[in-house]
Amino acid sequence: MVDLPLLSLLTFLPLLGAFFIFIIRGNEATVARNSKRAALYITVVNFLLAVYMMVNFNPDTADFQFVEKREWFGALGISYHMGIDGISLFLVVLAAFLTPICILASWNSIKTRVKEYMIAFLILETFMIGTFCALDAVLFYIFFEGVLIPMFIIIGVWGGPRRVYSAYKFFLYTLLGSVLMLIALLALYMEAGTSDIPTLMANPVALQMQMWLWLAFFASFAVKMPMWPVHTWLPDAHVEAPTAGSVILAGVLLKMGGYGFLRFSIPMFPEATEFFAPMVYWLSIIAIIYTSLVALVQEDMKKLIAYSSVAHMGFVTLGIFTATTQGVEGGIFQMLSHGVISAALFLCVGVVYDRLHTREISRYGGLVKNMPKYATVFMILMLASVGLPGTSGFVGEFLTLMGAYQVDKVIGVLATTGVVLGAAYMLVLYRRVIFGAQKNEDAAKMGDLVTREYIYLVPLIGLILWLGIAPSYVMDRVAPSAAKLIGQYEAGILDEADGPKEATKIKAAKSEDKGQE
Amino acid sequence: MSEFNPISLAPILPELFMAVAGMVLLVAGVFRGNEGTRFITWATIAVVVMAAFVLAGELPTGKPVLNGMFVLDSFAYYMKYLVITGLVISLMLSIQYLDQEKMAKFEYPLIVLFAGIGMMLMISANDMLSLYMGLELQSLSLYILAAIRRNHVRSAEAGMKYFVLGAISSGILLFGISLIYGYTGSTNFELIASSLAKDVSIGAVLGFVFVLAGLSFKISAVPFHMWTPDVYEGAPTSVTAFFAIVPKIAALALIVRVLFVPFVALHEQWFQMIWFLSFASMMVGAFAALRQENIKRLMAYSSIGNMGYVLIGIVAGGDAGISSMLIYLTIYMVMTAGVFGIILCMRLEGVSVNSISDLAGLSQHRPFLAYSMAILMFSMSGIPPMAGFFGKFMIFQAAIESGLYTLAVLGVLSSVVAAYYYLRIIKTMFFDTPAEKFDTNIEFSRRLVILLSVLLTLGFVLYPSLLIETAEVAVGSLFDF
Repeated sequence: MVDLPLLSLLTFLPLLGAFFIFIIRGNEATVARNSKRAALYITVVNFLLAVYMMVNFNPDTADFQFVEKREWFGALGISYHMGIDGISLFLVVLAAFLTPICILASWNSIKTRVKEYMIAFLILETFMIGTFCALDAVLFYIFFEGVLIPMFIIIGVWGGPRRVYSAYKFFLYTLLGSVLMLIALLALYMEAGTSDIPTLMANPVALQMQMWLWLAFFASFAVKMPMWPVHTWLPDAHVEAPTAGSVILAGVLLKMGGYGFLRFSIPMFPEATEFFAPMVYWLSIIAIIYTSLVALVQEDMKKLIAYSSVAHMGFVTLGIFTATTQGVEGGIFQMLSHGVISAALFLCVGVVYDRLHTREISRYGGLVKNMPKYATVFMILMLASVGLPGTSGFVGEFLTLMGAYQVDKVIGVLATTGVVLGAAYMLVLYRRVIFGAQKNEDAAKMGDLVTREYIYLVPLIGLILWLGIAPSYVMDRVAPSAAKLIGQYEAGILDEADGPKEATKIKAAKSEDKGQE
Repeated sequence: MSEFNPISLAPILPELFMAVAGMVLLVAGVFRGNEGTRFITWATIAVVVMAAFVLAGELPTGKPVLNGMFVLDSFAYYMKYLVITGLVISLMLSIQYLDQEKMAKFEYPLIVLFAGIGMMLMISANDMLSLYMGLELQSLSLYILAAIRRNHVRSAEAGMKYFVLGAISSGILLFGISLIYGYTGSTNFELIASSLAKDVSIGAVLGFVFVLAGLSFKISAVPFHMWTPDVYEGAPTSVTAFFAIVPKIAALALIVRVLFVPFVALHEQWFQMIWFLSFASMMVGAFAALRQENIKRLMAYSSIGNMGYVLIGIVAGGDAGISSMLIYLTIYMVMTAGVFGIILCMRLEGVSVNSISDLAGLSQHRPFLAYSMAILMFSMSGIPPMAGFFGKFMIFQAAIESGLYTLAVLGVLSSVVAAYYYLRIIKTMFFDTPAEKFDTNIEFSRRLVILLSVLLTLGFVLYPSLLIETAEVAVGSLFDF
């Protein structure tokens, strides 16, 4: 365990696999078959590695584990530093878990340029896992930003009719946010003299600086998350992306924003976080209520789920920024749970899309008659998304709401209405697709789930139930890191409170520099 | 003044060697005629490579020789190697193109060689007069190259335009030099510096503004950029490749030396000017390129924008600023070489095409070209983990270090705009339905350039410290004064 560079292996094994697929030669059918198989084997092995890592993870400490550190930029002090804690552990596992599922889900639906598709997904996995493992800010940025390349290609080449527009929108929107973060990162690096994340977390910068840096990081993470009002790229990207692209987008990519908040914004800029937290609450509330209402009127299944993602991500930001134990743990749990549930929902849409090649809700109806098994699976997922107790959705939402209620009752109450609205749009979707009359002949002729679809849907459902019934396995591992994070946050605020009084603190932040005290 | 001492010629030996070898090859060329072009080209490449070895034998002492006209310090050393590499690359890229376009004149490689000598003299110039002579040797060679297909309207037009505007800028430069000579009493860089350190007269400032305007023309910084798109578009593609890869290195070296040696006392004045040149170049480079349909014009605007980023490094100044500029320039040269290698491969049934829409669906019938281009385009738009990202990273880091927050933010924002047109090329190659297939015959030398460019762009992330440390050493000499 000590000698094996497990995280590097996890990160770069898919890249190596991509290279192998790259050199596969032969006629088109052979290449397609072999690259699909190779991609599946590699990602499954990678998932097993991730499981091995999870089993060997020490739940009693909040320190970074499996740490690797190597010289990289020489004199500049930027190093190749990898490591995970309770916050990133399950996100890594989630990414490693969803990639083979994506490959399986694309098995028959991707017919053109299969080799390139598989390469794109493997490179994507490298960047995703790297993002969660990086313990150097520059390294983090490289992975974080690198994700754009394969995703741009995936949406643009294998997407729907408006794929070009969506790919551009996705790329440029996120790039715009990220470059501001890059500037902030460089400023932080100048200020602290290092880009090492653990060191940066331990030494918060001056207050004036914190405000600007917080805003710049927020610009990037809020777009990635996505938070209202910068969420508009998400519905477009989701709708046009191929099924597996949507799965990864909703399952993993959206979590990068939340992860960024936890890794950078809260521990590094605690005072700025406290200052801006009310703004984040209200943005989250708007996201929860407004996008839920928008989801209610959608005619496109994927768009509906995309808007529901924005709403669910609102719970995550709400929870994280309460900086209470329940809130933060709930936020992390909600990220995992949403990763699994939304991925499964997109796969479910993919199942019917593969058969009928439309995502319009009105083209379906009465599926319970010809696809009873599908109806069952969909029902479980729908209820999980609504947050039924016993599913993972419940745990996350409940904890974040509890955190929100502790901080501000109005916020708590408003956020809770989102749960009701969530139930409304999911039930409407379910009723229109599954029940009702079989008004479309072609929809009525569709066959039920096949083995391949079971293979990727059943583990997801199992996971949803396991997380919902016995969340303690995850919680035990998340808790120490969450506690440490809150400790850092509170210590950062206390430092400041020792100086000027609580009430004048915000004024002081605007007028004077910390150094002048 | 002092007695002639042949040993003092040592630092200039590479240039002398190139000049003599060039003349020998010229004679050889006359005997063999235009059929010998291929031979002459390879011989020229060999001469340039040998010059690199001659240069390696010199020590970058930094002591001015030839009555203070010429200096070889580690900064010049680094820049000369860049120029030599650029010369080899552009000659290798041109070999097949000359044959295909039936413009195989044996003078072509030799004019490139003479332009190279001019550049190397510019880099080492330590006096306004040697600066001007180096610059003119280079410029005159470039005018001829732009118009080398004299029976082609576009090429002749490009050459004419370049010549007229270039002559004006040279005139402005010369006028500035004369003002400076009048007000400081010298043309030598160190003497100008010591004169200005004592007293800055308004006439010297005026002269400096003229000099800077003349030099800005050579790197096509906005607002002195008007010639670039037309010349890039009109000149034969192999010449455009040469223009894009090499001359800017020499001109930038010159600008850096002029700003930091003779005019360091005017820092306050030139800081604002370079700030504006940088800002304006980034903006024009980003926005004007959005609607271009011709890939050579697009690359012209892209080069204008990239000069804006390079200038950020100069504005930032200091060791960090200039070394980041060198890193950016090196990476940019490598990427541009690959891009132009690919543009040279854009041929339909023996005819060269330059429209972006001709690239449609390239990924399906010419995957090597398409993937190489995609990697280079992502790199140009500054997406990690490609080398282009690290170039921008170093530049912006230097900017932040010097407190240039506004310029840095404007820089990253313009890079997002620029990303759009780089992405458009990728979109055309990967998302659009295939157009006609390009010709397949790509010579080995060109393939090699493309492959090396792509590999270096991708591999930089693995071992970045090599370039970073070399650049730091190179800059060390500049701030000794």
